[in-house]
Amino acid sequence: MIDLYQEELLDHYKNPRNFGTLSNPDIEFSDTNPLCGDEVKVTAKIINGKIQEIKFDSRGCAISVAAASKLSELLKNKSLSEIKKMDNKEVLELLGVPISPMRLKCALLSLRALQKGIYQNLGE
Amino acid sequence: MKQIKQLDIEKIRNDFPILSQKVNGKNLIYLDNSATSQKPQKVIDAITEYYKSYNSNVHRAIHSLGEKATLKFEEAHEKVAKFINAEKEEIIFTRNTTESLNLLAYSLGKNITSKDNVVITEMEHHSNIIPWQQLCKRTGAELRYIKIDKEGKLDLKNTPIDNNTKIVSIAHVSNVLGTINPVKEIANIAHKNKALFIVDGAQSVPHIKVDVKDIEVDFLAFSGHKMLGPTGIGVLYGKKEYLKKMNPVFFGGGMISNVTKEDAQWADIPNKFEAGTPNIEGAIALASAIEYLENLGMDSINSYVKDLTTYAMKKLLELNNITIYGPENGDRTALISFNLIGIHPHDVAQLLDKEGIAVRAGHMCAKPLMQVMDTQSVCRASFYFYNTKQEVDFLADSLKKVQGVFK
Ligand SMILES: Cc1ncc(COP(=O)(O)O)c(C=O)c1O
Repeated sequence: MIDLYQEELLDHYKNPRNFGTLSNPDIEFSDTNPLCGDEVKVTAKIINGKIQEIKFDSRGCAISVAAASKLSELLKNKSLSEIKKMDNKEVLELLGVPISPMRLKCALLSLRALQKGIYQNLGE
Repeated sequence: MKQIKQLDIEKIRNDFPILSQKVNGKNLIYLDNSATSQKPQKVIDAITEYYKSYNSNVHRAIHSLGEKATLKFEEAHEKVAKFINAEKEEIIFTRNTTESLNLLAYSLGKNITSKDNVVITEMEHHSNIIPWQQLCKRTGAELRYIKIDKEGKLDLKNTPIDNNTKIVSIAHVSNVLGTINPVKEIANIAHKNKALFIVDGAQSVPHIKVDVKDIEVDFLAFSGHKMLGPTGIGVLYGKKEYLKKMNPVFFGGGMISNVTKEDAQWADIPNKFEAGTPNIEGAIALASAIEYLENLGMDSINSYVKDLTTYAMKKLLELNNITIYGPENGDRTALISFNLIGIHPHDVAQLLDKEGIAVRAGHMCAKPLMQVMDTQSVCRASFYFYNTKQEVDFLADSLKKVQGVFK
């Protein structure tokens, strides 16, 4: 049972990094995972086409919260064009634990929210 | 007092091939029966036999295979009718509970105006909410909810049912709370106000002897797959006096008595509601499932599952940091929804799966109820007559392990 959720993942779940919302963000987007009701709100500040600051207010299962937490660390200083190209593979690698097909939506919720936010807020 | 036959669970388990398999290296413990039940060999055989020896379309066939299929399909109507104490012509085969309720919302919707209201409850499955919500949007009628109290029972002292209520539609057993609702009492209130009374029997018909005359329903919807039958076959029972007056919803082959270029007349009930080639093997296999259930005896099933649920309730209540939803005892059956405090239901379900235990996690297709319960999602363990106390013990132990992981 234990090996499924490694210590590191659980740590991100219990102490999510960059948790909460930014004021006056350039990007703001909320999304839910209808399967289980996981919710995430992403807020980010952009300078020169790069993420300067990002926060996820994520509520849900360990997988979705840990994914948001780990992403928030990875995404700092990344360019929007890079982020738009990111896909499943990168998130799964980041999580580093086996994700069953049913949980894929949980794992991807935060990245998808950010990508939708970029599209909606910046029209890109 | 009537003697209730004891079930021989070990023998029964052998009838269900799926139960002997391993999942993630552990014995499968299937506790997701409210979502769908497993199927005994007898039901699987009924499907195979149909395809191996008499597959052909029903009605209008003047050949041996077609005659046999038609006969068996007709018999299935009869078998279902007897099972709920109805008449054969009052049984319409649909795909599932959801389709049965949609059929009603469309057909009965013809007579609903903006002055009317439709009454459901806060504990409904989405399939007994959205068809009525949409009907009310189409007609301007008002959708009203019977509230639930803290214990998870309906507040029948203050129902919103009044003279303008045209339809009252409620779940017999809640798929989240396990509450058995006092349908007879609600039938009484509905009928006093000249409203039609509809029962969603998806969670009750598999467990409790449901007699449509006794509980005084006008319509009853249920799904074959939750009572040992295959997916894709469901039932809508309707009182024939109503069915005869109602318009069909689907049009095409099999549901007419005459067609001209300009117009058509409908076949008798139930055929006028069963347009197109039906799920023949599904109906036949459902009849076989009912034979299996009757052979065990619905009273025996109900009594066994009630005991098991009471036992499970006791075991779960012994855990620390657990929230259990629904009445603690009394009028409830077959399922327990809960949350381990601080651990998301998805994580609980995933970790239990590692132990071979299948439970459901999520909003249970009852989002409005989740709101009332002030949660987003729950875990649900749901039982059938092939589950055992040992399985419940293992569930309880495994939940402790899950808590250990998140400590
Ligand atoms: C109370 C209740 N009503 C309706 C349904 C819908 O059944 P189906 O999906 O077979 O249409 C369910 C199934 O989960 C249920 O539990």
